[in-house]
Amino acid sequence: MFAVATIALLITMVLALGRALAGPTLFDRLLAVNSFGTKTVLLIAVYGFLTGRPDFLDIALVYTLINFIGTVAVLKFFEVDDLGSGIYQEDDY
Amino acid sequence: MIDAAVWFVSWVAILGGSVFIVAGGVGMVRFPDLYTRLHAASMTDTGGAILLSFGLFLQAVFVFGNALAAIKVALILFFTLFTAPTASHALAKTALLCGQVPLGVDGKPILDSPEEATQLARSRSVDYRSGQDAVEILEETRRHKRARSQEQGDNGDHG
Repeated sequence: MFAVATIALLITMVLALGRALAGPTLFDRLLAVNSFGTKTVLLIAVYGFLTGRPDFLDIALVYTLINFIGTVAVLKFFEVDDLGSGIYQEDDY
Repeated sequence: MIDAAVWFVSWVAILGGSVFIVAGGVGMVRFPDLYTRLHAASMTDTGGAILLSFGLFLQAVFVFGNALAAIKVALILFFTLFTAPTASHALAKTALLCGQVPLGVDGKPILDSPEEATQLARSRSVDYRSGQDAVEILEETRRHKRARSQEQGDNGDHG
């Protein structure tokens, strides 16, 4: 049962990687990379159970948070061209 | 008895989660537009993570007898449920801000220009909870734009 989940996750990671390489816009790539990160978290968790020693769950836990922070940081960088600016955005009206 | 029940439920949960995840991957490759791809990926991310974590949780508690692993799986699910929808929302909002125009059902863009997408994303007048129609919001945006361009034209004439 864990083997099935592992194979499904690996297939999806390959598909996400294909979208990340082919994606016409930046946001497609970012979406694929974010999805890849989520699948990596699940893969680490499932692989621990597959080998019978679920010891890698801490790494999965850390990876969840790093994945989120990384995605939001890249998004903010591309939205305002800056990561430390105090001016967020100006309303047009 | 309880072993069989746990085996069956966790088998169904993990298999269902795998189906969700593969469907999300296929949708991410096959859908025509950034926003539809985002929909496919984010929905199945959340659903697959819930089902898979639930199956792993049952296995950790009843088969492995490892309480610490069960707590960690629950924490992974908890954080995923917070972060995955937030990341998807931020991605969609930033894409609209940067002028990515969504495609309609007929495959044509539903807005006239990337600037309109930016204005739609920036408009603070949008009340998400009142169910205000998107067409209405767009009309408002165009009215504002027309008024502003007229103002600028007047200024140009006087100056």
